[in-house]
Amino acid sequence: MSPKNTGNTAAAVLEPVPAKSGKGFGLRLEYDSSRTRSPWWSPVLSVVLALLLCAVFIAANGMNPVTVYEKMFRGAFGTSYGFTETMVKAIPLLLCGLGIAVAYRISVWNIGAEGQLTVGAMAATAVTIYFPDLPSFWAITLMLLFGTAAGALWGLMTAVPRTHFGVNELITSLMLNYVALLALDYVVFGPWKDPAGFNFPGSPMFTAAESLPVLGTTRLHIGLIFGLVAVLIYFLMVKFTRWGYELRLIGANPTAARYAGIHIKKHIIIVMLISGGLAGIAGMAEVSGVTHKLMQGISPGYGYTAIIVAWLAKLNPLGLIVTSVLFGGLIVGGYSVQTIGLPSSISEMLQGSILFFLIAGDMIHRFRIRRSA
Amino acid sequence: MDFTTQLLIAAISAGTPLLLATLGGILTERAGIIQLGAEGLMLMGAVSTCIVYIRSGNLLLALLAAIAVTAVLGMVHSFLCVTLRANQTMSGLAMTLFGSGLSAYLGKSISGLPLPGTSPKLDLGWVKEIPVIGDIFGRLDYLTWFSLLLVLVLHLLIHHTSWGLHLRAVGDNPATADVMGIRVQLIRYTYVTAGAALIGLAGADMVLAYAPTWNEGLTAGRGWIAVGLVIFARWNPLRALFCAYFFGALDSLGFRIQLLGSVVPSYFLKMIPYVVTILVLMYLGYRNRNKPSGTPESLGTPYIREQRF
Repeated sequence: MSPKNTGNTAAAVLEPVPAKSGKGFGLRLEYDSSRTRSPWWSPVLSVVLALLLCAVFIAANGMNPVTVYEKMFRGAFGTSYGFTETMVKAIPLLLCGLGIAVAYRISVWNIGAEGQLTVGAMAATAVTIYFPDLPSFWAITLMLLFGTAAGALWGLMTAVPRTHFGVNELITSLMLNYVALLALDYVVFGPWKDPAGFNFPGSPMFTAAESLPVLGTTRLHIGLIFGLVAVLIYFLMVKFTRWGYELRLIGANPTAARYAGIHIKKHIIIVMLISGGLAGIAGMAEVSGVTHKLMQGISPGYGYTAIIVAWLAKLNPLGLIVTSVLFGGLIVGGYSVQTIGLPSSISEMLQGSILFFLIAGDMIHRFRIRRSA
Repeated sequence: MDFTTQLLIAAISAGTPLLLATLGGILTERAGIIQLGAEGLMLMGAVSTCIVYIRSGNLLLALLAAIAVTAVLGMVHSFLCVTLRANQTMSGLAMTLFGSGLSAYLGKSISGLPLPGTSPKLDLGWVKEIPVIGDIFGRLDYLTWFSLLLVLVLHLLIHHTSWGLHLRAVGDNPATADVMGIRVQLIRYTYVTAGAALIGLAGADMVLAYAPTWNEGLTAGRGWIAVGLVIFARWNPLRALFCAYFFGALDSLGFRIQLLGSVVPSYFLKMIPYVVTILVLMYLGYRNRNKPSGTPESLGTPYIREQRF
């Protein structure tokens, strides 16, 4: 932490006053700091409470919340089309959420997955534009490499100001999101615009060789395997390697970790490279597997939703799979309520309130009711 | 009017919402609570103003709505961070996500509709006859004058009154303040709520004086720039004034360069405020690496009174 400003310490000049007597009556709340593990019911309860809170807003808008939620659920999980769509949305959430979870392990608050995903998608598209006639294997491999590298570079641009200049990574990563989105606008309206695209802002369509294989006739692509493999690697790395042990140590107690000779700056740079790289893969998978071209609004806020995905999963690998499917469903469900005249931002509202209840639930659990002496 | 005068006018107009949000952030963080929900609060302030103003036609009612809505959100943040001692970073992020979702949801019905009016201007009569100064100060709106007055009031409050002393004590060393009989929790609740309401007012100013209609995500990261400005300003209201206008100037500079017929695509000019935010923070971090940063010493650490038996 930076040096303290002694000029601000006002408490030293205050006169002491007699302390009040500490007697309460009957019961009182006591904070038990030893209860650090969050209870299993906290994520479940927070989803339920968020649904209840948003029901109030929906009802205030003159709709029946039960009908709306039923519509969302059916849209997301009720049909095989809806379910594969949910899985399609879960892929970028899983990859970005995993990246965010890696960084959060050592309290690096990356909220730049949105920008890292965007530059990943742009770099993958650059491959299709500048190397047009590659055989499929090389096209996909090169797109994956470029996408990962671009995302990692974007992550590095957040990490270095933090490690070498003491700049809060929240601000840097968020500012870089806006920079990435403006750069995306520039290329889709400018140099990469499809000449045959009827003036629509977007790159030319990818060829079949540049598209990820899909499962049967659905839109579910092999990006799902990227996500699952990444989760497995994360699990094994954190559980069984020295690196994972060091991450856990930094996460638990940074001061002790520094005294133990762990190079924290190096770890911050590594986790941000991984974090950005995974989001970059998500961006590559989106353009190559789903949209087959680069266009405006390539991400409907995956990078922000992934923050909640990671937090709701308690950074746990298996939990990440569950929560990314759940939130994929929330996004698809959000689209399906548009048919009854509701905005899809209903799903963002739900996501924000889930996070509110989740952090409240984790803390409420630490209070105990005690009888006063 | 020459280019510089026009730029100064534009800097004040673009800088006022940044200034109000920065002052709100300073109040919150002086009490020791991190405020990262500024973006969501500004959006909620803006959407509440638009809805009430369009539905009722009453400007005062619209401003009060913005203040009330964001004050309630500020109380939620206080409850989570002060009473429950939750993670302040996460609570702020939740507020930003919830605020952008809810504002988009509520604003759907009025999206793109024009407001019945803008923030009224205060006509200073003879002052506007003076060259340059008159052009800049002659016809500022009430909200801008209010923000300027607020800079002065907050400066005096924080540095020259006993209330300010209590506020700084709570932000720097809550345990000592508690022993001295200062009600730490009450003070934190008060300033976090007041700070949130000010950030809401910044959102109201966005729509009343800067962008004339509601659009989803209308603040475009200005809440986050304000979070950065709190650090540039080193938690000091007077510095906040200069920082906010500097960024207001940057914000409008891109637009003006475009008007002069620049060959640089507008997308790159629009990146200027974001890139400069990062660069200035890096420069300050480098220059102040051995100096006091002005951070309230207990910023981000919840206060837990020792359990008494």
